[in-house]
Amino acid sequence: MTVFDSNIPPGPLPEKWQNWLDTHKLVGPRNRAGKNVIVIGTGLAGSSCAASLGAQGFKVKSFCFQDTPRRAHSIAAQGGINAAKDYANEGDSIHRLFYDTIKGGDFRSREANVWRLAQLSANIIDQAVAQGVPFNREYSGALATRSFGGVLVQRTFYTRGQTGQQLLLGAYSALEHQVRAGNVQVFNRHEMQDVVLVDGEARGVIVRNLITGDIERHAADAVVLASGGYTNVYYLSTNAMGSNVTATWRAHKRGAYFANPCYTQIHPTCIPQTGEYQSKLTLMSESLRNDGRIWVPRKSGDDRPPAEIPETERYYYLEERYPAFGNLAPRDIASRAAKVVCDDGLGVGGTGRGVFLDFRDAIAQQGKESIERKYGNLFEMYTRITGDDPYETPMMIYPAPHYAMGGLWVDYELQTTIPGLFAIGEANFSDHGANRLGASALMQCLADGYFISPHTVTAHLAKNHDEVSTSDSAFDEVESDVRSHIQKLMDVGGGTSAQAFHREMGHVMLDKCGMSRTAEGLDEALAEVREIKGEFWNDLRVDPGDEEFNQSLEYANRVSDFFELAELMIHDARRREESCGGHFREEHQTEDGEALRDDEHFAKTTAWEYGGDDPVPHDEALTFEEVQLATRSYK
Amino acid sequence: MNFTLEIWRQFDGTDETEAGRFETFKVTDINPDASFLEMLDQLNERLSHEKKRTIAFDSDCREGICGACSLVIDGTPHGPQQVTSCQTYMRDFIDGQTIKVEPYRANTFPVIRDLAVDRGALDRVIQAGGYISTTTGPQPEPNSMPVSPEIQEKAMDAAICIGCGACVAACPNGAAMLFTGAKVTHLNLLPQGQPERESRVIGMVEQMDAEGFGGCTNYGECSRVCPQEISIDVIGMLNREYRKAKTKKKSKPEKAMTTQ
Repeated sequence: MTVFDSNIPPGPLPEKWQNWLDTHKLVGPRNRAGKNVIVIGTGLAGSSCAASLGAQGFKVKSFCFQDTPRRAHSIAAQGGINAAKDYANEGDSIHRLFYDTIKGGDFRSREANVWRLAQLSANIIDQAVAQGVPFNREYSGALATRSFGGVLVQRTFYTRGQTGQQLLLGAYSALEHQVRAGNVQVFNRHEMQDVVLVDGEARGVIVRNLITGDIERHAADAVVLASGGYTNVYYLSTNAMGSNVTATWRAHKRGAYFANPCYTQIHPTCIPQTGEYQSKLTLMSESLRNDGRIWVPRKSGDDRPPAEIPETERYYYLEERYPAFGNLAPRDIASRAAKVVCDDGLGVGGTGRGVFLDFRDAIAQQGKESIERKYGNLFEMYTRITGDDPYETPMMIYPAPHYAMGGLWVDYELQTTIPGLFAIGEANFSDHGANRLGASALMQCLADGYFISPHTVTAHLAKNHDEVSTSDSAFDEVESDVRSHIQKLMDVGGGTSAQAFHREMGHVMLDKCGMSRTAEGLDEALAEVREIKGEFWNDLRVDPGDEEFNQSLEYANRVSDFFELAELMIHDARRREESCGGHFREEHQTEDGEALRDDEHFAKTTAWEYGGDDPVPHDEALTFEEVQLATRSYK
Repeated sequence: MNFTLEIWRQFDGTDETEAGRFETFKVTDINPDASFLEMLDQLNERLSHEKKRTIAFDSDCREGICGACSLVIDGTPHGPQQVTSCQTYMRDFIDGQTIKVEPYRANTFPVIRDLAVDRGALDRVIQAGGYISTTTGPQPEPNSMPVSPEIQEKAMDAAICIGCGACVAACPNGAAMLFTGAKVTHLNLLPQGQPERESRVIGMVEQMDAEGFGGCTNYGECSRVCPQEISIDVIGMLNREYRKAKTKKKSKPEKAMTTQ
């Protein structure tokens, strides 16, 4: 195990980022057009990074597998984005946002990164407003804010329940502006297959044109991965159908360390699963917990309509167990509490895996109109999917895989262990520790994309780089690996779709490496995942024709990487002998069932080096100067 | 539930010698709560099992917000309920019914394969002015530029467009005016959008024409199929803004780009 350097600049926490900015190397305006950057992914992080680098005058190639950059899955984020602006005059500050994020992450994130994130949060709102993002406003015309889980202030900015959509469309419009200006070239329906290293540095990528099937080479002076998270490893999740781990996983196999893969977030407020045919789970924004009260009947098997169950027979378990935060307890805690009451047989709905989210009291207090203004589109969406009307009867919700805190290991400059290869947004592991607070993902993606990576990538571009051509032998080798992997998938010749294998693996992962984990269960999961992987490579069916539009091949290609990632997640969960945030090991809990950390042995990030069946862990110790490690209590 | 599906199959949209055709499939034992796309997933799983080519169609978020799905179900873009195909459920159909499934029909959206089409023309309309030309950097304090909730609401009602292109597919003229009008309405209502108000609308309208989208003759089909229920008022706004911009002296529109 090596201890390695996260390149945190010297100086007191509040000054570190400015110190870094003051001293990093620049590229003069006339030299920028000669520097090329590849950005993979066009979500909030990727679009904002590509647009910002383009605006500086660098030449950017931006890739997405969707048919247009605007469809990246950031579009589906609902609730809001945090910023320490203190418009509500509550004494909010950079320090408070920093502390809430560190505590929310169960003291498993890097102080310097989180401080910078909190510092930049206010700039993001200003940037988005300047682009025309129509944030909700008060009657005065000033920006409106609301509250989210795990905090006691109102620092969340929102555009109805479609904040991710509007922020992404803002970043997308900035991207298209740079396309028009000739600085950015967008390659839609192109999927990254691998990264190309020359003399140990990232100098290009191999992509597959999803329409023609052509395998293409692209060279650059730096490569930025903004390819999102990996919770589709669970099959059913709130991610989009296409969300995948391929870009980061293939980079991992080329030498980028993968950090904390076992930290995944299971979001408490999703619409419960109803059947085997289901292809995804739909999130209902956490913002609903501002006004909705979560409860189950106190009596097991109580199947009276919810309205007929009297107050005394309702178990408002979050309010009772966590009186200070109540229904706004952080996600990991709220999810686990839902699992516990359902395991105890108190769950509602057809499967018994559901809890009520009830707006009765809020409607009585504030009026239907006020609730409609805040959550109208979410209520409509719920009605559309379930056929129930939340104005009349409580919603039913249950936790679902939603977000990956783990990802490629990056240093303070968001650079991976491969020089010249950067990872931003959900693709990296950086700021959320073992659990992410609500409305922080949008904040991190845009801080990385607008304000951090454009500078840290510049610092890399300022170094001297020899010209690299796509005819370099390094491209030959990687392209040949990519082609043989695709050929291997084409050649299996079985009779089962990739989706069927994906579903089977997802069940195992959710059951044994999901909300709650044990050493025994993880050992079983490893064996089962390997077995399903064996069947996949034995009985996979892919449509014929790899040099054409072939969605079954795209899907199988992604699933082949999920199998390998699943194994690494299990290794990581097995090695971390403690409970923290989204990682709950049943062996490590307090008497009243809360997560029990082991700071002595595990106040560290685990960054895995690729090693096939035997991955190699490396530790980065987490040192805390500003905060005191404390038991994370929301009571 | 059981259904008979007549699905458009087209091997390669770029090869004009390859004619498309309808192919009939029976699907059985479908859960009424399955979405239309989940029903197609099941059919594809079966086709894989039978070693037949699966049906190509676009989808991604499956919660009605990304705008990827692009089916025409029984003649209506997205389906009968004025929601995206991914939020169209089989309970919306009659058991035993025959359902016709086609790709979006519009010259500006060439077929890639089966039910998947190329909507790149809409990105190029945005490139012609669907943004505020600010770049990343220090920006004014937002509350120094108040926006009344009424204006914000109106801008937001237009900004919620998901770019799915159903409006184009529904329009007998293949017009993209609801799409373009929504973006112009969103940006031209806000104080931030004022400096480029005229160049924006002229640039976007000229790009629409260059792409080959038709003009509006007030059928109103666009708004009737729009899953975001964007009002046809945005087309009125587009026309007004365009007329004002064209009659104002000294406006300097950017030239339209060539297609592709």
